[in-house]
Amino acid sequence: MALGMEIQNLRAWYGKVKALQDINLTVVPGAVTAIIGPSGCGKSTFIRCLNRLHEVVRGARASGQVWLGDLNIYGRGVDPVLVRRRIGMVFQKPNPFPAMSIFDNVAAGLHLDGVPRQEIYGRVEMALRLAGLWDEVRDRLQVSGANLSGGQQQRLCLARALALEPEVLLLDEPCSALDPASTMHIEAVLRDLKGRYTVVIVTHNMQQASRVADYTAFFLTGEVVEYGSTEDIFTRPRDERTENYITGRFG
Amino acid sequence: MTFEDRKGRGRYSSRSDRLFTGLTLVMVVAILFLAGLMVLQLLVASIPAMQALGWHFLVGMDWDPVHEHFGALPFIYGTLASSLLALILAAPLGIGVAIFLAELAPPWFRAPVSFMVELLAAIPSVVYGVWGLFVMAPWLRNMVQPWLSEHLGFLPFFQGPGFGVGILAAGLILAIMVVPTITAVSRDVLMAVPNHQREAMLALGATKWETTWKAVIPYGRSGIVGAIILALGRALGETMAATMVIGNSLDISISLFAPANTMASIIANSYAEATYGLHAAALIEIALILFVITLILNIVARLLVRRVAIGPVRMEA
Ligand SMILES: Nc1ncnc2c1ncn2[C@@H]1O[C@H](COP(=O)(O)OP(=O)(O)OP(=O)(O)O)[C@@H](O)[C@H]1O
Ligand SMILES: [Mg+2]
Repeated sequence: MALGMEIQNLRAWYGKVKALQDINLTVVPGAVTAIIGPSGCGKSTFIRCLNRLHEVVRGARASGQVWLGDLNIYGRGVDPVLVRRRIGMVFQKPNPFPAMSIFDNVAAGLHLDGVPRQEIYGRVEMALRLAGLWDEVRDRLQVSGANLSGGQQQRLCLARALALEPEVLLLDEPCSALDPASTMHIEAVLRDLKGRYTVVIVTHNMQQASRVADYTAFFLTGEVVEYGSTEDIFTRPRDERTENYITGRFG
Repeated sequence: MTFEDRKGRGRYSSRSDRLFTGLTLVMVVAILFLAGLMVLQLLVASIPAMQALGWHFLVGMDWDPVHEHFGALPFIYGTLASSLLALILAAPLGIGVAIFLAELAPPWFRAPVSFMVELLAAIPSVVYGVWGLFVMAPWLRNMVQPWLSEHLGFLPFFQGPGFGVGILAAGLILAIMVVPTITAVSRDVLMAVPNHQREAMLALGATKWETTWKAVIPYGRSGIVGAIILALGRALGETMAATMVIGNSLDISISLFAPANTMASIIANSYAEATYGLHAAALIEIALILFVITLILNIVARLLVRRVAIGPVRMEA
């Protein structure tokens, strides 16, 4: 199930402004890769290029190659809609669909994917269990997703993405709007996913990166400054700029 | 600058602020007072009709000023039928245009189209009436109604002779007149739907179309309902254009070809003859009913629209 990603010469623009210079990076299958870097360095842009969500912003475009297994998702004739079904995403701000029940939130992607009716309940339960939310919501699957706490909403969004059993899961600062307890909860889920899912997580929190990530990439002004195992990045960075950033002497 | 200076200026500006606040408050109170006074006077002036006619006024079908029989049901029926027809025609069109403007049109195209749609709302209703009477009604009589009675004549709505003028004509004119309302309000509602809702649906692998139907519209649903109710309020109260094309008959007929009358049009048509007590009181009671209905609809509609702007989602724990 877990596929890796290979990013080659990825560049991205907002109108005439170049946000990513020339990214080359390998996302290891089944591992958690953290993206760190100061605000505005292009972390969100990068991760949104991995499921072709970058291009839905008006005037935004990207070039280069991003391989999901042996599919170049920027290849000719590749439908971004189908790419997005194989690559899940969780956003910074919890964004459940308020007009849908908890159950329907998780089932939303399954309906889009044409999953047969009789399979849906099982897949929803599986996803909610995986996201560590099942026990809290099993008795109220029909209430609106907007009635949950912020941390629960974010796990609902995680379940919504996991229900599609994506090959890669992208998370853009998933915990920045959450309290410490909810953050720990999400991190525990991410550690659980290891081996089964390929995870890319953007985070501002370096403790979080060191807690959950196997590999870490440090971004600066739209470029990858350094990439390696999380341990190497945090204990023996090769680049001075990385060292300055992780020791807090920097942006 | 010393502390004293600032204090001095502060006092000065706070005095002018108070004056300004007081002045605007007076104006607000004056408006509310006027509206309240109007309801009160309508109420007082219609008391003779209420006393003389009671509930018969609402359910009676006879309107005979000479013999002082006043049953307003034909007008209530005509108003509801033409307004509902208008909504059935205008809602899909107006919402469709709103979706196009908010979700699909590039910004350079959105502005001129919005402008033109809103321009429709600025045309005086008598112009719609003239156009309806001299252009649309003959077209209905010669082209549309023969076709409808030939192909859909088995339905009770399309039976009887087609004169051009009638409920169908009134409904069409009203539909054209309320489309700008539905479009403008729905467009604003859809544009107020936060982008994270669209991106959440897109990221699940939805097409643009699915995103609009499954994320954007459900999020803005109450606001769109509000837009339709607001349009209903407009249609119910619209006087001139409807009066000119509805045919002014005192009968109730299920057929859309039949001429009818609306609450607004009976007032407009007969206020000049209503010289004696009960006739005038009866017209005023119709006005009161119309006023109260449109007031309630407007309040409900605005509350619904506001709910979307504020957002139904509770984000923080
Ligand atoms: N919608 C947009 N339109 C124009 N420029 C944008 C847009 N989004 C981002 N940018 C620009 O692209 C660059 C990268 O932004 P990005 O959001 O990827 O940064 P980030 O690393 O995620 O920052 P943060 O940590 O604050 O989320 C920034 O200079 C930003 O100003
Ligand atoms: Mg970001």
